[in-house]
Amino acid sequence: MKKSKMTARAKNEAIWAWCFILPTILGLVILNFYPVFNTIYQSFCKTGDFGRGNVFVGLANYQAVLTAGETWHSLWNTIKYAIIEVPFGVIIAMVLAVFLNKKLKGTSVFRTIFFLPMVCAPAAVAMVWKWLYNQQFGLINNIFHTNVAWISDPKIAWISIGVIGVWSVIGYNMVLFISGLQEIPGDYYEAASIDGATGVKQFFHITVPLLSPTTFFIVQTRLIGALTIFDLMFMVMDKTNLALENTQSIVYLFYTYAFTNGNKGYGATIVIVLVVFIMLVTVIMQQVEKKLVYHP
Amino acid sequence: MESAKRADLVRKIIIYVILVIMAFIMLVPFAWMILTAVKTNQESISVNPFYIFPQSGWHWENFAEVWKSYNFLVLYKNTLLMIFFRVVCACLTATMAGYAFGRLKFPGKKVMFALVLIQMMIPAQIFIIPQYLMVSSLGWLNTVAGLVFPGLVTAFGTYLLKTGYEGLPKDLEEAAAIDGCNVGQRFLHIMMPLTKSSMVSLGIFTALFAFKDLMWPMIVCTNSATTTLSAGLAKMQGQYGSDYPTMMASAVLAVIPMIVIYVIFQKQFVEGIATSGGKL
Repeated sequence: MKKSKMTARAKNEAIWAWCFILPTILGLVILNFYPVFNTIYQSFCKTGDFGRGNVFVGLANYQAVLTAGETWHSLWNTIKYAIIEVPFGVIIAMVLAVFLNKKLKGTSVFRTIFFLPMVCAPAAVAMVWKWLYNQQFGLINNIFHTNVAWISDPKIAWISIGVIGVWSVIGYNMVLFISGLQEIPGDYYEAASIDGATGVKQFFHITVPLLSPTTFFIVQTRLIGALTIFDLMFMVMDKTNLALENTQSIVYLFYTYAFTNGNKGYGATIVIVLVVFIMLVTVIMQQVEKKLVYHP
Repeated sequence: MESAKRADLVRKIIIYVILVIMAFIMLVPFAWMILTAVKTNQESISVNPFYIFPQSGWHWENFAEVWKSYNFLVLYKNTLLMIFFRVVCACLTATMAGYAFGRLKFPGKKVMFALVLIQMMIPAQIFIIPQYLMVSSLGWLNTVAGLVFPGLVTAFGTYLLKTGYEGLPKDLEEAAAIDGCNVGQRFLHIMMPLTKSSMVSLGIFTALFAFKDLMWPMIVCTNSATTTLSAGLAKMQGQYGSDYPTMMASAVLAVIPMIVIYVIFQKQFVEGIATSGGKL
């Protein structure tokens, strides 16, 4: 038998396999890979109506996007949002997960409550928080007898939005942490107890290092999620809000240009900037992973 | 010994206090949403005095009014159809592809699987403009087909199911092959039923993702009769943003179905998220 020729059985298997993967591969090519190249192409074009009549304009869009102050401003806003959401969302979730992983009564009730925001549409969540933050009639200002413009003062609006993000994501991070904690063998803690290490020491010397692969995974997914945030800004910030410029994320900017203003070429260029930025972040994260994650 | 016990008790109390405070913070927005929804408009914007609870009775009829005036039945229907078709398409295509990638040998496997992995690494925003243009030229704007379109196949689901199939023992399938079952029969009768839990995870993930998505329905379904709950809320806020009881009643109506489903199928939800770990 020649080596290059497949047996009848192998051939049969290959035909089945290709039939099985065909819908997915076709779908990925049409829905994802073609759009990647199409978006890149569009970023070099001035877009006519309905994407037709694209006029090649070379690097004009890039020149416009990269020299526009709002591009860098919104990128910086996005980073600021991530700086709040990711660390606080991760640390609070980790502590809660450690608490809930102890065999205490009532943990399942707490877990249910913490996870609730995850099953709510962000549009609804943002609406409720916007109402809580309302300067005149909102719960927060009226309970604490303050008069803070939580979402229209450019200096603090980004923090207020970050808080919504943290509130929304704690439960999700917590669930991932709990499943990571359950993989740490109990012997480590028993040995530590015998040596006299208390809860806090155990947490920093056993839990944190052994949980670091989970932590890294969560940080990475959340970071990319935060850098592509859209819903919260869109729902909380009105078009007339004074703080919009200081809070709108890069994806919000993309949405405004591509769909509100119908300037697809400019929108496509913003997306390319975003993708390049996220790829950079991913590469940096991989370097960080090598340094910080504990590999036994 | 006595002091160790006491220290343990103190530690427990501290933990409970922190948990209760956090639970309170998590629940306040929900409570405020419901309390506002059952107030009169006047009560909701009363500051001096400020009312936490409705004063003139709980106006549950606010919900009925919102339900009627904003055509929530249509929003529910559209959301449900979008979720249903996305879950069916995702599970169907991903289980087939996952089986092939996880259990079968074929030329081109590595390259094809690389496509799956690459898709997972690309930020989804880059797909949106061309996807919109395709939906538009197919004439699917303001249709359920348009809503479902980007979710017809799933790289993430394929990856998830592939991992599920890889974890199954080899002998089962070999025995069936010796008995003369062909690949299709082995897949359908033996292997697929064993990956039920991965399928449930993928289903829950897909449903949640579709339910929460805001940008896509806003783009393709601009008509309030064809859009989903999320995008419908955005529309309502734009039009009636200062009628707070109405807004909060619609927010309650938008989140209630998924909360009820979550409370019933809590175990599946939590396991689904923990095992899939996808980016929601």
